[in-house]
Amino acid sequence: MEIPYTVKPRPDTGLYNAKVGIWLFLASEVMLFGAFFSSYILLRVGALDGFWPDVPTAWPHGLLNIPIGTFNTAVLIISSVTVVMAWVALKQGNFKKFQRFMTVTIACALGFLCIKSYEYNEKFTHYVIRLKDGSAVTGHLDIDGHSPRFWTLATVTEKKMASVKVHVDVPNQFRYPVGMKRPEAHHEGGEHAEHAAREIKTSDITFLQAFVPATGTFFAIYFTMTFLHGLHVLGGAIVLAYFTYCSKKMWETDPERLTNRIEVGGLFWHFVDLVWIFLFPVVYLL
Amino acid sequence: MHTATTHASDHGHAHGGAHDHHEPGFWSKYIFSTDHKMIGIQYGITSLVFLFFGFLLMLAMRQQLAYPGKALPIVGQFLAKTLGDDMAKDGVMQADLYNSFGAMHGTIMVFLAIVPLAFGAFGNYVTPLQIGAPDMAFPRLNMASFHLYFLGGVVMLASFFIPGGAAKSGWTSYSPLATLADRDHIINGQTMWLIGMVLLITSSLLGAVNFITTIIQLRAKGLTWMRLPFFVWAQFVTGFLLLLAFPPLEAAGVMQLVDNVLKTSFFLPTGLVTSGGQVPVSGGGSPLLWQHLFWFLAHPEVYVLILPAMGIVSEIIANNTRKPLWGYKSMVYAALGIGFLAFIVWAHHMYLTGMGTKISTFFQTTTMMISIPSVIILTALFISLWGGSIRFNTPMLFALAFLPMFGIGGLTGLPLGFNASDIYLHDSYYVIGHFHYVVAPGTIFGLFAGVYFWYPKATGRYMSEILGKIHFAGSLLCMNLIFAPMFVQGLKGMSRRMYDGGATYFGGGLGADPGILQLNKVITHSAILLGLFQLPFIFNFFWSLWAGKKVESDNPWQATTLDWQTPTPPPHGNFASEPVVYRGPYEYSVPGASKDFIQQGQPG
Repeated sequence: MEIPYTVKPRPDTGLYNAKVGIWLFLASEVMLFGAFFSSYILLRVGALDGFWPDVPTAWPHGLLNIPIGTFNTAVLIISSVTVVMAWVALKQGNFKKFQRFMTVTIACALGFLCIKSYEYNEKFTHYVIRLKDGSAVTGHLDIDGHSPRFWTLATVTEKKMASVKVHVDVPNQFRYPVGMKRPEAHHEGGEHAEHAAREIKTSDITFLQAFVPATGTFFAIYFTMTFLHGLHVLGGAIVLAYFTYCSKKMWETDPERLTNRIEVGGLFWHFVDLVWIFLFPVVYLL
Repeated sequence: MHTATTHASDHGHAHGGAHDHHEPGFWSKYIFSTDHKMIGIQYGITSLVFLFFGFLLMLAMRQQLAYPGKALPIVGQFLAKTLGDDMAKDGVMQADLYNSFGAMHGTIMVFLAIVPLAFGAFGNYVTPLQIGAPDMAFPRLNMASFHLYFLGGVVMLASFFIPGGAAKSGWTSYSPLATLADRDHIINGQTMWLIGMVLLITSSLLGAVNFITTIIQLRAKGLTWMRLPFFVWAQFVTGFLLLLAFPPLEAAGVMQLVDNVLKTSFFLPTGLVTSGGQVPVSGGGSPLLWQHLFWFLAHPEVYVLILPAMGIVSEIIANNTRKPLWGYKSMVYAALGIGFLAFIVWAHHMYLTGMGTKISTFFQTTTMMISIPSVIILTALFISLWGGSIRFNTPMLFALAFLPMFGIGGLTGLPLGFNASDIYLHDSYYVIGHFHYVVAPGTIFGLFAGVYFWYPKATGRYMSEILGKIHFAGSLLCMNLIFAPMFVQGLKGMSRRMYDGGATYFGGGLGADPGILQLNKVITHSAILLGLFQLPFIFNFFWSLWAGKKVESDNPWQATTLDWQTPTPPPHGNFASEPVVYRGPYEYSVPGASKDFIQQGQPG
């Protein structure tokens, strides 16, 4: 006996096996990301009142680059359209057209990951520095024209540096939610000095860390969720690439099976897109 | 591996007469098998080995509880040599070793022994046979699922031998304890535990997707939902529990892993201070978050443990009373009810965490509600016995013992479910007695019953009845001698966390009741005896492969369901011809019929 309904749908359910499987898998994925979103809510509700970075455990706002995030959202949405077009092309029996649309999809996926890596790198070179007087600044280190990653106060003291040069962010470049009062600019230069360079004595610094997961719960959940989403994008892109470029033979012998594979892969791809549609407003905008 | 999978995909048979049913080699037959029966057996053997290993960990702990500070007999010197002085100086179990054995006993028993045995082994072997399917819907996914499980087990075992030893923060791994234990080692026991768990969870998820798809899609012609054997229903609900409850633990596991490795603060509160001073983390996290995410899985997990056992017991009771199950439909709806309610009772494990009385009251209410469907199933099984001419073979004895044992386990849970009485009882030996009654003489007896019941189908030979009955009687007696005294100890206020068995507490003149400590010895000796009573089973299991009585037919128990309509043992593809189902699952003793059972696939 062969396993039935691997390609043709079962009459009473109207579905072939893989389609049931992928919907169940997506249900578990909903629970996975649902747990992360719930954790996000709980951590954020539990964060202290006040403004980050002045209050270390307050929730930061506006640290992420919204134009880039919006662009990345558009990239993923385009890929979701093209993955459907690719499936339609297969339904029409046009393998070449399928491969073209799928190539666009995979290119979008890789583009998304490249942009995300750029954003990560941007965070790893961005620092929060707390001073003995209780104030805190954020900005990029300037070490002989370089902007190093992952430094901590220990790195600075190990290198026996008397002071570090910092391109300080203008504090109100961060947006704050409606109704929240913006903090006063508390360093010289004020609002007009874009990224004022400032020498900070090592002896004045109590804490220095890049925007890495350990810096705060916002960073922790931001990196964990976007990294996990990135893994889904990468995994999806690899599978779709396999379906696209190693499927010529299956197209000739069993085209319906290939079409099903693309449908199932497309469902997963839409899900990955959908997660981002939630993730983008939650971490970038709110 | 490829030879085994290609016939599923090569529908076209473009290459003419060359048929592909040649004998697979050792690797593709035993290691990379995609046949659900072989995978079921792989799961069965591996999980039985883990079951025994988890039991041995517990024996070492029991020895320490009964004779605190004395060197462990037999294994003491070996542990001292392999694990070092920190763990077992001069063969004496140290606190760290006790904690790590405790954490690993729980982890191994739940995630590596019972779930894989109940769901992986029985689910894999029996479900496709009972629904008349040639295999699972996704055979290669099935293989991947077993391999991930095996890998998870290897990671868990390896963690005993790394610096600092295995995870030692309980099978619940509460933060901040779990996050801060052995923090100076980057790869510590807890990290290994989390990696192992992620592998095991992924394995369960693949399994759950596969099982549910198989049951929805591959049911034989005529096998409508209300003609499914109750065992299949139990597996179906279990599949949904695993599918939907495990991902939040996976999320929690990932977050705790990030907490351990990248030093984040998902579960670490602001201003956390230990004996080493303030912990250098950002803070802002929530220990309660871990507990919510953990118990969101771990309570449904209880039903993952019990439902398959209920399924097995139902099959065996119907078969050996020669009567239909009483209230089959109510049992099905009760199982579905359990499946739904299981998701909204988790926080009854957290009454004393400062969660708040309103939330406690909500979870107390749902907890009382979920006892109703469990009682429905148990009552239906009890009534099923009424007026039957019962055959007392070994599987039936285990199935019969399951009923009162699970009953005791369930009923003793009620005082824990009420948050007022839980204030007194929580964290005491009463809790241990309660859930072990559910899982050990409950679930494990159900699983033993299943092993004795389906062994003739898998091997073509019966297991020895005499050895089986010795195994049964000894196990039943010892299980009760182990777990019943724990209720007494718990009611007397003995904490479950003391590694000297309460000697410092009760021995120091603080309400000293030497009887309570004497019970530790009773329990330990009974546990050793229980171990000895498993030897007949182990011997029987292997000896019967060669010397067991051969079955007279493909249906040695005169059962009705489709699994007994296959050749013995079932070949690749299971059925000689496509089975068609004409009737319900339990047509025993139908008035006017020529025999006392009518198989589901029998027309007319």
